[in-house]
Amino acid sequence: MFYNNPFSGLTELVSPLAVQGFTILMVGLVAFGTLMDIIHKKNVKYFFNNAKKAKQNAKVVLSTGQRTSVILKTVAHDIATTAELGRGKRRVAHVLGMYGTIIFWITSALLIFSFPTAGSTTPSAITIMWHVGAIITCVGGYWFWLFLRVDVLAEAHPWYRIIKADLFVLALLACATFGLAWSYTQFSGMIELSYLFLVLYITSNLVLFGGVYWSKFAHMFYKPGAAIQKNLAEADGSRDNLPPLADAPKQFGLGIKREQPKHY
Amino acid sequence: MSTFVYMTRCDGCGHCVDICPSDIMHIDETIRRAVNIEPNFCWECYSCVKACPNHAIDVRGYADFAPMGHSVRVRREEEKGTISWKIKFRNGNEKNFVSPITTKPWGKFIPKLAEEASPNQGEINSQRLYTEPNGLNIDGDLPTISKDTFKKGVYY
Repeated sequence: MFYNNPFSGLTELVSPLAVQGFTILMVGLVAFGTLMDIIHKKNVKYFFNNAKKAKQNAKVVLSTGQRTSVILKTVAHDIATTAELGRGKRRVAHVLGMYGTIIFWITSALLIFSFPTAGSTTPSAITIMWHVGAIITCVGGYWFWLFLRVDVLAEAHPWYRIIKADLFVLALLACATFGLAWSYTQFSGMIELSYLFLVLYITSNLVLFGGVYWSKFAHMFYKPGAAIQKNLAEADGSRDNLPPLADAPKQFGLGIKREQPKHY
Repeated sequence: MSTFVYMTRCDGCGHCVDICPSDIMHIDETIRRAVNIEPNFCWECYSCVKACPNHAIDVRGYADFAPMGHSVRVRREEEKGTISWKIKFRNGNEKNFVSPITTKPWGKFIPKLAEEASPNQGEINSQRLYTEPNGLNIDGDLPTISKDTFKKGVYY
């Protein structure tokens, strides 16, 4: 199964151009949904107003080099490892889901655009990465969904209670799960089941990429921006009005560690 | 007045939900971020503000005694055992304070007062509170301020 390119089998049903067109449509839906979200929530306007305020309160004027250094450090630390989630299971689950999804999407695009026909020989590394990406997404996503979600962990709701905020994670999990099921059934020769999972895979993709306006999909664009702004504010001394880091003697306070939020 | 959440900062970790003594910090059902569901019931204890690892929670003061433009923000550094406060007045004046964290881990170190010896008259008359100064985890005695430094015309 891991050596199977599920998209090449699609050529028996539709032309590769249709599949490529569908992929481009999904990218377009993400761009359109994000734009609508920005207009509706006015969060980009807020972001720039906040940045302007931070600039006025700045104690130090950062040079271009210093700003670049802060941005690069933020990308390497805060964004690439989702440092804002602290040291814990949520961060591990998020990193798994994030890198799994990135691998899954990049390899999907490669398979669709570079090796679209049944005749083309797909490198096994790419098909393996596609499957591994989907599996990693499932591991991180289901771990989060079943155990780590704040609704379950801090608010004591059962895992099967679904709300609007679950649209993104559930659609993403559905994509990865149905994608794997489609590949497996196609590889095993279960034709009818493979068609069923193909339809479910397409539907979940439509929900995931078409539902950007209603889901929290766009957080993957906003969060990096917010992390960069936060670290620039720390570097230029404005610190969003927060106090400076404490210069306290060693014996100050108990300094107890934060506990898991589960004392509902 | 009440707490509010900066949505770009909140990551929906649930620490504020967990710690709020009034149970009014909840997770929004649309975007899974923290939200104060009943601002009128917030008594500004600052528990959630201090607990938030992302500094995503802020407090609006009543306009009569905390006019617009002011800000009171907190930074909790558990590795140093400190809570730092920055008070910014609307005329631009700033005051910074650093306090020790005195919070105990959940369910631990609950004093069994019934088993303690009764305080003597000297301890009752003392300005010190129970377990001070040892409970504050500081070396030596409590800091004092000389009466000479008091504002003139104020009697103590």
